[in-house]
Amino acid sequence: MTEESRLTDVITARKLSKRFGDKRVLEGLDLVVPRGGFVLVTGPNGSGKTTLLRLCAGLFTPTDGELEVEAPRGAIGFLAHEPLVYNELTALENLDLYGRLYRLPERRERAGAMLERFGLWRARNERAGTFSRGMLQRLALCRTLLHDPDLLLLDEPFDGLDVDGAELLHTELAERSSVTALVATHDPEALAARSTARLALA
Amino acid sequence: MNAYAGDVAALARKDLLLEVRSRDTLPAMLLFVVSALTIFHFALPSGSSERAETGLLWIAIVFTALLGLTRAFAAEREGGVLDGLVLAPCDRSAIWLGKTIGLTVFLVLAELVALPAFALFFHPLSWDLVAAVALADIGIASIGTLLAAIAAASRARELLLPLLFLPLAIPVVIGGVGASIASDPGSFLAFLILYDGVFAILSWASFEYVITE
Repeated sequence: MTEESRLTDVITARKLSKRFGDKRVLEGLDLVVPRGGFVLVTGPNGSGKTTLLRLCAGLFTPTDGELEVEAPRGAIGFLAHEPLVYNELTALENLDLYGRLYRLPERRERAGAMLERFGLWRARNERAGTFSRGMLQRLALCRTLLHDPDLLLLDEPFDGLDVDGAELLHTELAERSSVTALVATHDPEALAARSTARLALA
Repeated sequence: MNAYAGDVAALARKDLLLEVRSRDTLPAMLLFVVSALTIFHFALPSGSSERAETGLLWIAIVFTALLGLTRAFAAEREGGVLDGLVLAPCDRSAIWLGKTIGLTVFLVLAELVALPAFALFFHPLSWDLVAAVALADIGIASIGTLLAAIAAASRARELLLPLLFLPLAIPVVIGGVGASIASDPGSFLAFLILYDGVFAILSWASFEYVITE
């Protein structure tokens, strides 16, 4: 990697492979995501979209190849299939805990503002375990965006969202136009206007 | 350092709050330890030695701890929360320390019921026994939290955790029983302190490697 690309590229993968036992999930993938790039990752079930995002988040280690992610751990916003929140904590308590671990100033106010933006303010004192699928996805998006990440790794961000929720997400992404993003989706048309590149996994 | 202590406190407080709300772990530990001591009371022939009775107490403590350990990462597994904690920029050992403190509190609370029950069923408690139990709690929670994290990542977690934990609990039983019955318990208590120190440092240092793939 040259010094110039180190400054401009956030994710660089060379011949990236990931296997689980005998099962090959990713094989020899080359990928460059420049700073500010918005890359859609498409492909059928089992093609390795989620695995690629988890590799970029540092939750998996590559079996072979190289992967460079030029973003510190605290600058990554990772939206997974699961909401990554405690069922027995309220929406506000969950965000407050993450705010504490991310060392956010005025974390309580920030958490409240985020819940308000995603239409969860009235449910702020309800336990996450009582939320519907769509509300959980909204809460997961609040958690993902709470610390204003520089790199977004989003796995099916529209999953479970109703029309209003999808509109809110579009607005949030539009407001973060300088953020680099790698988005795994089965519905690339929903983000076609925002995307700068597509990666189709087979 | 202050930030680290704050993270640990927030994580430990969260575990205690989760338990207050869900009541998943502590009631089961209390019921188990009291039931086990009741069964031992009726199973042990009358006139049995204090040594045998003390040994049974330590069996009850180790298996009660195992019960708590099986639930140690249940809340994190349910919502995939461990990934969220791992991605946070805090020191990952804070996750271990917060969880260890929470588990130690559960063990102490279980023993606040178990030790009087033991005194009621068998023989009076000595201060050496109480000190040994307190030291054992720290060691059990330290190594147990690390092993529970290893087991949580496995599909066979219910099988794996006892297989990993029980061999490493043998020194705790040796030290605990020794401190409870020996005429000079000092060396056994020192052994438990050494065990706590060694396994706390090992667990603290290695937790990051355990929770990342």
